[in-house]
Amino acid sequence: MAAALLRRASTSPSASLLRPLSGRLFSSSSDESVLSIETSVPFTGHKIEPPSRMVDTTPKELLSFFSDMALMRRMEIAADSLYKAKLIRGFCHLYDGQEAVAVGMEAAITKADGIITAYRDHCTFLGRGGNLVQAFSELMGRQAGCSNGKGGSMHFYKKDASFYGGHGIVGAQVPLGCGVAFAQKYNKEGAVTFALYGDGAANQGQLFEALNISALWDLPAILVCENNHYGMGTAEWRAAKSPAYYKRGDYVPGLKVDGMDALAVKQACKFAKEYALSNGPIILEMDTYRYHGHSMSDPGSTYRTRDEISGVRQVSRERDPIERVRKLILAHDIAPASELKDIEKEVRKQVDDAIAQAKESPMHDPSELFTNVYVKGYGAESFGADRKEIRATLP
Amino acid sequence: MASLQMAALLSAPSTPVPSDRVRLGALRLSASSSSTARNGGALVVRSEAKVSGGGASARGLSLITHAVAEKAAAASSADSKPGHELLLFEALREGLDEEMERDPTVCVMGEDVGHYGGSYKVTKGLATKYGDLRVLDTPIAENSFTGMGIGSAMTGLRPVVEGMNMGFLLLAYNQISNNCGMLHYTSGGQFKIPIVIRGPGGVGRQLGAEHSQRLESYFQSIPGLQMVACSTPYNAKGLMKAAIRSENPVVLFEHVLLYNLKERIPDEEYVLSLEEAEMVRPGEHVTILTYSRMRYHVMQAAKTLVNKGYDPEVIDIRSLKPFDLYTIGNSIKKTHRVLIVEECMRTGGIGASLRSAIIDNFWDYLDAPILCLSSQDVPTPYAGTLENWTVVQPEQIVAAVEQLCK
Repeated sequence: MAAALLRRASTSPSASLLRPLSGRLFSSSSDESVLSIETSVPFTGHKIEPPSRMVDTTPKELLSFFSDMALMRRMEIAADSLYKAKLIRGFCHLYDGQEAVAVGMEAAITKADGIITAYRDHCTFLGRGGNLVQAFSELMGRQAGCSNGKGGSMHFYKKDASFYGGHGIVGAQVPLGCGVAFAQKYNKEGAVTFALYGDGAANQGQLFEALNISALWDLPAILVCENNHYGMGTAEWRAAKSPAYYKRGDYVPGLKVDGMDALAVKQACKFAKEYALSNGPIILEMDTYRYHGHSMSDPGSTYRTRDEISGVRQVSRERDPIERVRKLILAHDIAPASELKDIEKEVRKQVDDAIAQAKESPMHDPSELFTNVYVKGYGAESFGADRKEIRATLP
Repeated sequence: MASLQMAALLSAPSTPVPSDRVRLGALRLSASSSSTARNGGALVVRSEAKVSGGGASARGLSLITHAVAEKAAAASSADSKPGHELLLFEALREGLDEEMERDPTVCVMGEDVGHYGGSYKVTKGLATKYGDLRVLDTPIAENSFTGMGIGSAMTGLRPVVEGMNMGFLLLAYNQISNNCGMLHYTSGGQFKIPIVIRGPGGVGRQLGAEHSQRLESYFQSIPGLQMVACSTPYNAKGLMKAAIRSENPVVLFEHVLLYNLKERIPDEEYVLSLEEAEMVRPGEHVTILTYSRMRYHVMQAAKTLVNKGYDPEVIDIRSLKPFDLYTIGNSIKKTHRVLIVEECMRTGGIGASLRSAIIDNFWDYLDAPILCLSSQDVPTPYAGTLENWTVVQPEQIVAAVEQLCK
């Protein structure tokens, strides 16, 4: 017992901030035993009573958080190197730093619930069950990609897991998400839809239009603002008169959540799902941070200082989502530090293997240019304008 | 006793039955006969009169089943011609109603489509029949409700989004272009968007510039979208049904001035092909390609042309994207002269695209340059005379044909 306490004290100098007020002071080796852990900061509610700070979790879940987030982090960093090696072209928006939102949300919902997000979608795709080979092939424009290589970084989709993408135009995905929620209500599915957007998109008019309609029709839509405080190069205080995004819904209740704490995200999403199923829309604001710039073309340091970025990452500040979960695992003696290192090594290997496999996937044939423009219902074939090559054929 | 009742109700009315039982039977039968019988009416309708007549005769009274005898006679004479007569907006409504009844995933979204019945009465009565969840009144927020329609189409619903005037859908252009048209492609075929976007467009009677827009020219280059324009009650109903059944996003262009056209359409169910053009008047001398309201200007000009000795072939292209180059091509191979008459602007209109498609594919068959009559490149003026000069008039069509056939 004393040894455990000493170990805890030595690994985390500022363990007080974590405050693991678990009922058990001894290490639990059983995977399914419930731990109650307090979130880093309490929730703030707007026109709603916020949920409790105590989150129930299990050692198995914490370990899965760790490995999932490590995989996501590794994938994004690998994508960075692939981009610099010119294997990924165009736009590449990386999610590292924000993994807790994807992972915490998945822990609270099922695959029947829908998720729709903007262009920073690689990790959300993984969370929904997408695999690494599909992701890397899509990024490199190969046939094995999740969208056949024709969508690219901003257009990952996974229909069977209710992941609706992957959208390039800022804010346009929110009305789509409310439409998915409408269909869920129409079909009486008993599921909800999470429409994710950023602090930059929070100033789009179509958001408020969609929110109005969702509130009028009591749709099970949950609008999640992933507030990483920068809309590309513009800080939130320069873009929004009121940066309290969870309050911007006015008549729609809102909740502000620490988006770097996977457990807080899980609690908030569970709470929001219960609320939305009976009462209509709710807004969640995830306070999070991205380490990379807006995209690979943006260094990310012209509008914020390097000190700020490293400050968020540093273990002492404890905001990094992976470090936070690592501390929790070590504090509760769920696994030794060496096992966590092994997981990270394993993850690295998985990513490298996936990249190698994705590179094997073939590039497209030119005939693929014209597939999937229309659904072949009435047999209309669409062709290009070159007279020698093609003719329009109709049934 | 029960079986005797049933036998009495169903059998020939000559068997006298207790009058109160018959009355009850008549009530039951009449309730079912009040449903609109599109397909020739239920058998029960005809037997109702006989049964109540039988009961009345049992009581010794001669009961007149129809209060106005002449009306019954008139109804039967109308029934002798096949089909039923209705206005274009009623044809649209009939098509929409049939599809909504057939498929529970079809729903309608738009401003004032529900309780108000639609600003052009296309959706009148549908909200009371199908409820508020299937005929949805939206706030004035085109961008978001079009987006919501597309989002629900991604999951498998089949929404019909109405723009109160097509011009308002410019606010939803981002959703229509990026999400509606492109999602099937960018998702690698995972999502299909079986949405129908419809609404009245075109130049009306002095509606002003912003309410007289022709959006077919703006939407035509969006990949993945299909566009059709209806012009008669017959093709309005057929195209509406086809558009709803299509797995692709379809934009159905109606015209403000054509809603009150009357025509007799068949009673049987029919669905038209979205990609097919309509041969309005076969001819030999010149192919006139047109669509929507200009079809009527062309037909008016055709009367004058026939009197002058010309034989124009008039084709209503109906399918604005993709063009029915098969029908058009066959016509050009026959006549070797083309005139395009459209209501779009001269710059970048449907006529401009049709012209280049014809040149690309049928250059060797042309004996004269393709003439294209379109509206002027100006905002539609309010003044009546100016508005008339903006759009193509029959006299101009006659002059153009004469020039072509010189």
